Amino acid sequence: METVKLTIDGRHVEVEKGMNLVEAAASIGVKIPTLCYMNLHGLGYGNGPGACRICVVEVEGRKTLAPACKTSCTEGMVVRTHTPRVVNARRTVMELILSNHPKDCLVCPKNGHCELQELACSLGIREVKYDGEVTSFPKDMSLSIVRDMDKCIMCRRCESACNELQTVGVLSAAGRGFHAVMGTPFGESLQDTGCVNCGQCVAVCPTGALSENSNMADVLRVLADPAKKVVVQTAPAVRAALGEEFGLGGQSVTGRMTAALRRLGFDYVFDTDFAADLTIMEEGTELLGRLKAYLDGDRSVKLPLMTSCCPGWVSFVEKNFPEAEDYLSTAKSPQQMFGAVAKSYFASKLGIDRCDLVVVSVMPCVAKKSEAARSEFSHDGDPDVNIVLTTRELAQLIRQFNIDFTSLPEENFDMPLGVSTGAGVIFGVTGGVIEAAVRTAYEVYTGRKLDRIDFTELRGTDGIRSATVDFNGVPINIGIAHTLGNARKLVKEVVAGTSPYHAIEVMACPGGCIGGGGQPYHRGDASLLAMRATALYGEDADKNLRKSHENPYVQQLYDEFLGEPCGHLAHELLHTSYYDRKPVVEECIYSIKNNG
Amino acid sequence: MEKICMPPKRIEEIRAICREHGNDAGELINILHAVQNKLGYLPREVQELIAMELGIPVSKVYGVVTFYSFFTMTPKGKYPVSVCMGTACYVRGGEKVLEEFKRQLGIDVGGTTPDGLFSLDSLRCVGACGLAPVVMVGQKVFGRLAPADVKGIIDEFVALERGA
Repeated sequence: METVKLTIDGRHVEVEKGMNLVEAAASIGVKIPTLCYMNLHGLGYGNGPGACRICVVEVEGRKTLAPACKTSCTEGMVVRTHTPRVVNARRTVMELILSNHPKDCLVCPKNGHCELQELACSLGIREVKYDGEVTSFPKDMSLSIVRDMDKCIMCRRCESACNELQTVGVLSAAGRGFHAVMGTPFGESLQDTGCVNCGQCVAVCPTGALSENSNMADVLRVLADPAKKVVVQTAPAVRAALGEEFGLGGQSVTGRMTAALRRLGFDYVFDTDFAADLTIMEEGTELLGRLKAYLDGDRSVKLPLMTSCCPGWVSFVEKNFPEAEDYLSTAKSPQQMFGAVAKSYFASKLGIDRCDLVVVSVMPCVAKKSEAARSEFSHDGDPDVNIVLTTRELAQLIRQFNIDFTSLPEENFDMPLGVSTGAGVIFGVTGGVIEAAVRTAYEVYTGRKLDRIDFTELRGTDGIRSATVDFNGVPINIGIAHTLGNARKLVKEVVAGTSPYHAIEVMACPGGCIGGGGQPYHRGDASLLAMRATALYGEDADKNLRKSHENPYVQQLYDEFLGEPCGHLAHELLHTSYYDRKPVVEECIYSIKNNG
Repeated sequence: MEKICMPPKRIEEIRAICREHGNDAGELINILHAVQNKLGYLPREVQELIAMELGIPVSKVYGVVTFYSFFTMTPKGKYPVSVCMGTACYVRGGEKVLEEFKRQLGIDVGGTTPDGLFSLDSLRCVGACGLAPVVMVGQKVFGRLAPADVKGIIDEFVALERGA
């Protein structure tokens, strides 16, 4: 590694050649404020258009101030990051940005979590001297995401997330100059575009321009309704990040989360991890079925089997690679399996009509809001999952109820849908679903106990990983991708018939669900994702039961109600089908029309 | 699946242009030029088809089309009127000429008359500053104009159209 030596604020520092000044300063603990800049280390993805100019610094020998994010370190450079001239310039830049920004912070969805607000605060802005034209764009909303482009500062982080990280290609700058806007093609509503609702644009947006479509009010309404029994399920990744909202970062807060949900008034506090174990029973059985058919010489069988837990990924396949739909597992996602089981098995246990049971999910994800609304996940107009909250919305509710989260006791989930194994827990991290599937599939296929439960070869943060697991002499090739940009590479191979894998796991978000669009904003901080992954693997390791098929309540569910995995009732309740949603050009008579 | 409707002939024309440029996303701007030359404008369907042919998101195509003022999503008139707003033309009354065109044609900059005959645009410098203020109608150049000349120019093309 070639290095250069430079001086930052009087301190000597040696860094890799080509490193920018923001990173170099950070390496010695000097924080240069940034807005548009973002660097998701390890994923080879970032954003640095040099657009906002907040990060300007003085570089000796240069007449003008230099944007630190766009300035590479050179030998002998002398940099000053916080001189009066620099601070004055930053204040001016900030005031110019604020001159075209709404001042309704009190009722903004990002209130208290806004990078622009934090920066205005730290720069001590008391007035905006510039009074000029203000842009105004129509608000847009999908089931998952709300766009308020009046609050956009054109940092283009969402554009990088949507195009480079996810290769979804919906958000892009349109127009030019002052009237440019981060928009959808032809100004359409997100709902009508190729958007898959992954929410990575929300996860990185520094202002209130992009936020989740909030359902907090819906939850409060059902909790206040005495005629309803309200159950809540919490996805694996939620517990790994919820603590960050209350100063308990880097740890799993399962017990406190459960206690908080009880205090919010939910009648039953259940765990999506239970449904994750159930997913493994179904998806694992499906995988073994396809594998056995293949090994028996059936070449028409669709392999690799691609996981279907992630609604962003499922939507991505439907909208871009419908020809690969048959490779997706037909197993519903854990959220939807939980809903289907709660509204049938559990409602009948309580002796109530499914319509009087309200299922609320807490998810690390905004795509789950759209998933729950898919018509195939309803029964006579009653959705299996009624309301979906994000991790952030749950934190907000906890604050609304003035619950002192840190001093809550650790409580357990309710029975029977609250019991899970370690395999269910790791569903929240990239590689976790397939590791859970392998733990069960191996034992079911070989009839032998696993010598070791941790498949470390399936873990890690590389965007695409592969491993071969030996199933008693049969090598099973596994591919793993996180982020849709990486998934695109794997699914292209599948479509081309060149995929070397038997099974592929995809999670749309960086790091898996732990980096989801509904989590406390990761804003490109990969260390946050690593912390959350560690928390989940830790919880898995601490569990007595670590294989889905050993979950006694899942076994009981099959015995009492479902019958066999992939059996008739299981198929009806726990499996689904997919749709071709890809745009096509069709030849037809059409008159030239004015698109104004 | 979402359907994008277009007549077969047009689909083939656009595909041919994309092919001539090797279906290369790096050629996007040249392809847009060629397609606009052929069709006169770049409506939504056309942008979606180009995006598909080049294997890029339609948002990219739309971003480029809306960034460059040369590209238009509105069909141009048979006689496109371009009024120069370059410095020389501007100081010699180009803006007044433009206002008169707007008044006479009843359209704004970027618009097209309902009969499809005229469209109106402003541009920056056609390189004929000696003739300022300058107006181009199609490829024909009119120089040293005053607002009073505008009606005559319009009438000239209306007459041409009647004769044709």
